[in-house]
Amino acid sequence: MCMTSAPLSFRPEELLADVIARLIGDVRHVAVGNASPIPATAALLARERGNGRPYVSLLGSPQHTFWTDGGRELFDCAGQGRIDVFFLSGGQIDGHGNINLVSIGDYAHPKVRFPGSYGSAHLYYVVPKVILFRTEHSRRTLVPDVDFISAPGANAPNVYRPGGPIALVTNRCLFSFANGRFTLDSVHPGHSVADVVENTGFDFDRPAHVPDTEPPSPTTLKLLRETVAPQLAEVYPQFALQVFGVGQSALTG
Amino acid sequence: MFQAAKSLDDALSAIADGCMLVVPREVAGVPMHATRALIRRGVKRLHLVALPTSSLQADMLIGAGCVETLETSAVSLGEFGPAPRFTAALTVGTIKMKDATCPALHTALQAAEKGVPFMPLRGLIGSDVLKYRNDWKVIDNPFGNDDPIVLLPAIKPDVALIHAAMADRFGNVWIGRQRELATMAHASAKTVATVEKIHDGNLLDDPVLAAGTLPGFYVDSVAVCERGAWPLGLPDAYGADAGHLAEYARMAATVEGFAEYLDKYVYDKCAA
Repeated sequence: MCMTSAPLSFRPEELLADVIARLIGDVRHVAVGNASPIPATAALLARERGNGRPYVSLLGSPQHTFWTDGGRELFDCAGQGRIDVFFLSGGQIDGHGNINLVSIGDYAHPKVRFPGSYGSAHLYYVVPKVILFRTEHSRRTLVPDVDFISAPGANAPNVYRPGGPIALVTNRCLFSFANGRFTLDSVHPGHSVADVVENTGFDFDRPAHVPDTEPPSPTTLKLLRETVAPQLAEVYPQFALQVFGVGQSALTG
Repeated sequence: MFQAAKSLDDALSAIADGCMLVVPREVAGVPMHATRALIRRGVKRLHLVALPTSSLQADMLIGAGCVETLETSAVSLGEFGPAPRFTAALTVGTIKMKDATCPALHTALQAAEKGVPFMPLRGLIGSDVLKYRNDWKVIDNPFGNDDPIVLLPAIKPDVALIHAAMADRFGNVWIGRQRELATMAHASAKTVATVEKIHDGNLLDDPVLAAGTLPGFYVDSVAVCERGAWPLGLPDAYGADAGHLAEYARMAATVEGFAEYLDKYVYDKCAA
């Protein structure tokens, strides 16, 4: 992040975790995918604030998941509506909320190939609150139209779809998503609306006055550093050390 | 039905050139020792199904020229970066890719284990994953009213290849909570297991162990391979060898480096 004014009393990761925790809201079950330390921080923060609610599943950690019926149980849970919040990202995300985890260029002869769609082509439809999270906010990642739709942002009205995207959180701002479009909700401290416009490849709505993202309160920072960080260190030791220990910010994008 | 294997190569003889082979995701225990043996043997034209994702195993099999078709939801080395041989094969177009989404693979194997021709799955409609899968169909839910839903044909592999903590002399394999290994075995015509060790006695005699046991009824051969998932980890037993995986990511970035890796860690049996 480019911080031009006085040094902030919090780290960018702490701001993002606080933003995401507010988006999670009061729900029963949040699941976080592999290699997602900031969403995991947010989910654990939400659980601390809610005195144990929501239930938090951190995929890839046997200590933080209850599943005993194999890999399918996560998707069966989601299909039934037993997961309220999930996180997805994309090599590309477009203004319609479509995400691309597969390739850039022609699918048969891609210029760039990503790992693949994982569970997105199911979870994006059935989890009520999907939060899109991409720390690199640039015209490379936030595009007018994705080259490959791993999962679409919206469907025709007759398609069964109890879930979908509610927001996109980046290193620069928070967008909300409704009716097939993004709206700029707030801009993080140190960034400007002009910054966001300049670095976003898709068209979005915005109010006449776009507020700054509310910084994390002293109470939140204390909770993050003293209560959440030790729990996080069980699953993400490097991240916990870098962000909440003595190291540098892990987020440079 | 189960027969004790005379050797690892003997156990792997069920995996013929051109067969459909199903393998598990990284956290379920990946038979890497057996994978190196298959590469040494020079297995060809595999239709590899990775349930539902893969990492080092698929990347090595692709790089070594063993794979004709890959059916999975993602291949990545995780924190060690993109899977270099997978990425190269797809950008050049040397293998046929059947992109899926994780629950579609679980569901299609569940269809096979039930002996039914297909299963429905929510989601997928409007995605390019569905668009490029000519073998998947959309129907109108016959119990609903204007409710399109995707049907997935059963995936019936020729062989399931798994690695687990232990087996007994009756071919029963203890898989613990890695239940997708059971789904793979139920769905496949044959199952080959490598295990860390042999358990004295019968795993099905103890109700606590029996609950986590894949019965030998489904298992065709078992070979003992201590640290058989190395350099990947085996859940509840040992972790991944991060140093080695970083070395792999570095070496496999080029064709020449990958060839050197194979020479050093696969063809040289002492190191395998």
